[in-house]
Amino acid sequence: MNKRSLASRIKNEYIGKAYATICGLFIIFLTLSIIFFIASKGLSTFIKDGHSIYSFIFSGTWKIDDMGVNSKFGPLIFITGSTIIAIGAVIISTPLGIALAIFMNMISPKLGEKILQPSMELFVGIPSVVYGWIGISVLVPVIKSLFGGIGISALAGIIVLSVMILPTITSIASDAIKTIPKDYIEASYGLGATRWQTIIRVIIPAAKSGISTGVVLGLARAFGESLAVQMVIGNSISFPKGILGTTSTLTSYLTMNMGDSVFGTPNNDALWSMALLLLVISFIFILIIRVIGKRGEVK
Amino acid sequence: MSSKSKDKIATIVLYILSLLVVFLLVSFIGYILYKGSSSLNFKFIFGNPKSSEAGGGIGPMFFNSFYLLIVTLILTVPLGVGAGIYLAEYAKEGKVMNIIRLCIDTMSSLPSIVVGLFGLLVFVQLSKWGYSLIAGALAITILNLSSLTRVSENAIRAASSGVKEASVGLGATQWQTIWKVILPTAMPQILTGVILSSGRIFGEAAALIFTAGSSTSILHFNELSLIGKHSAFSLFRPTETLAVYIWKVNSEGMLPDATKVANGASAVLILMVLIFNFSARIIGRRIHRSFTGSK
Repeated sequence: MNKRSLASRIKNEYIGKAYATICGLFIIFLTLSIIFFIASKGLSTFIKDGHSIYSFIFSGTWKIDDMGVNSKFGPLIFITGSTIIAIGAVIISTPLGIALAIFMNMISPKLGEKILQPSMELFVGIPSVVYGWIGISVLVPVIKSLFGGIGISALAGIIVLSVMILPTITSIASDAIKTIPKDYIEASYGLGATRWQTIIRVIIPAAKSGISTGVVLGLARAFGESLAVQMVIGNSISFPKGILGTTSTLTSYLTMNMGDSVFGTPNNDALWSMALLLLVISFIFILIIRVIGKRGEVK
Repeated sequence: MSSKSKDKIATIVLYILSLLVVFLLVSFIGYILYKGSSSLNFKFIFGNPKSSEAGGGIGPMFFNSFYLLIVTLILTVPLGVGAGIYLAEYAKEGKVMNIIRLCIDTMSSLPSIVVGLFGLLVFVQLSKWGYSLIAGALAITILNLSSLTRVSENAIRAASSGVKEASVGLGATQWQTIWKVILPTAMPQILTGVILSSGRIFGEAAALIFTAGSSTSILHFNELSLIGKHSAFSLFRPTETLAVYIWKVNSEGMLPDATKVANGASAVLILMVLIFNFSARIIGRRIHRSFTGSK
C-alpha cells in the first residue's frame, strides 16, 4: 500500500514538480551563462591584450590595424552615436506616448481599446528590418529633399527608432494610468476641475513612476536595436557632424564587423568588449527601473 | 483663456495626435503592401533566389523562416510553460523567486545582437555546429523565453484562482490539478501569447545573422533527414531567413533588382505579421466569449 502510494506520488506529483522547477532554475542558468560567456570574451581586451578599461570607455580614437597589434580601441564614437540616437528617439516618443496613453484611458477608452491598442500591437509586430527598409526607401529621400545632404543620417535613425519604441512607452504609461484609483479622478472632477486640469494635475503626477519606467524601457530598447538603425545611419566611424551627419552605434558597428573578424585576435576581442559594454548598459537600465519601481511602491 | 476652452483644445489635440499615429500605421502597412504587391505571386514567393541577376525569388528563405519558427517553438513552449508553472504554482515568494524575476527582466531587456553574439560563441563556435538552424533556434529561444514565461505565469495565475481548491479538495495532487484543470483553462491565453511571439520570431534578424547565418543552400525536400547537410529539414545547415535576407540584400547590394526583392520580401513579412496578429486576436476573443458567455 505504502509502496504503491509512493509510486503514484512520483507519477502524479514529483515528476511534474521537478520538471517545472528545472524550467524555472534553467532561466537563472541561462542568464548566468550569457553573462559568463560574454564577460569572459569581453574582458580579454583588458587582460590578454593589455588595453586599459579607462581608455576603452573615455577615449575616442578607434584605429583598426590589420594585425591588431597597433589598434587603438576607444569606442567613444559608438557610445556617443548610440546615446544621441536613443535619447533623440525618446525625446520624440515620450510626449507622444503619454498623449496616446491619456487618450486611451481618459478621452476615449472605446477607441483606445478598439483601435489604438491593436495598432500598438501591430507596431510592435513589424520586424525591425522592415522599419529599416522603410527608413532607407522612404524616410531617407524625404530627409534629403527637406534638409539637403545625403539623407542617411543620425536624424533618420532617431525617427525610425522613435516609431519603434512608441508602443513600449505608450503601453507602460497606459498601464500606469489604469492603476490610478478612480477616487482621485472623481475627487478632482468633484472639485470642479476640467478633464484637462485633472490630466495635468492628477493623472500625470500619479502615473509618474510608471511613465518613467516606460521611458527607461524605451531607452533600453533604443540602445539595443541594431539592424533598423544600422541601415539608415551611414556607419561612418566618426562623431556625427550635427544631426544630419552620419555616425555609428555600438550595435551597428558590431553587426557590420563581427562577421569578418577572426576569433582570438585583439580586433575581435575589442568587439566582444563592446558587446560586454552593451550588456552592462542594459543592466544599468534594469537597475534604474527597479529603483523607480521601489520609489513608486513607497509612495 | 478659460479653463473650459483649454480643455476643449487639449481634447482636440489629443484626438489629432492619436489619429496621426493610426494614420502613420495604416499608411506604413499600406505602402509596404502596395510596393510589394507586384511581387506577391507564386514565382516570387516560392522561386529560388538569384545571386547577381534580376528576377530571383525568396522560396528557400520563406521556408527557412517557417521551419526555424517551428523548431524554436518546439524548444521555447515547453520551457516557457514549465517555468511559468513553477513561478505561478510552486515557487514561494523569497530569494529564488526574486532571482528568477531579476533574470527574466535581464533576459527580456538584452539587446538581440548580444543574444546573437552569445549564440555565435556557444552554439556556433564551442559546439562546432557552425552557422546552423539549431544555433539560430536556440538563440531566439533565449530571446523569447522571458516573454513566454511571463505570459504563461499570468495565464496560469488567472486560471488557477477558484478551481484550485476544488480540485485539490477532491483528492488530486497539485501537479494533477495543474495538468488536468489549470493548464487546459490557461491554454488559450498561452496560445495567444505564443502566436504573438511567433510574429516576432518570424521577423527577427539581428540574433540570426551570426547564428543561423546569412546564406542558404539549395533545399532538397526528398531527403527527410534532420542531420544530413543537403536535407531541407536538416538542423545543421545554414539557414537564411526572410528578415535576414532583406537585410543582406540591402547591405550587400549585389542584386540589380534589390529594391524590388526587398519590397516584395517586406510585403510577405508584413502579411505574415498581420496574419499572426489577427489570429491571436480572434483566439483572444473566443476565450473571452467562452469565459464570460457574452457575445
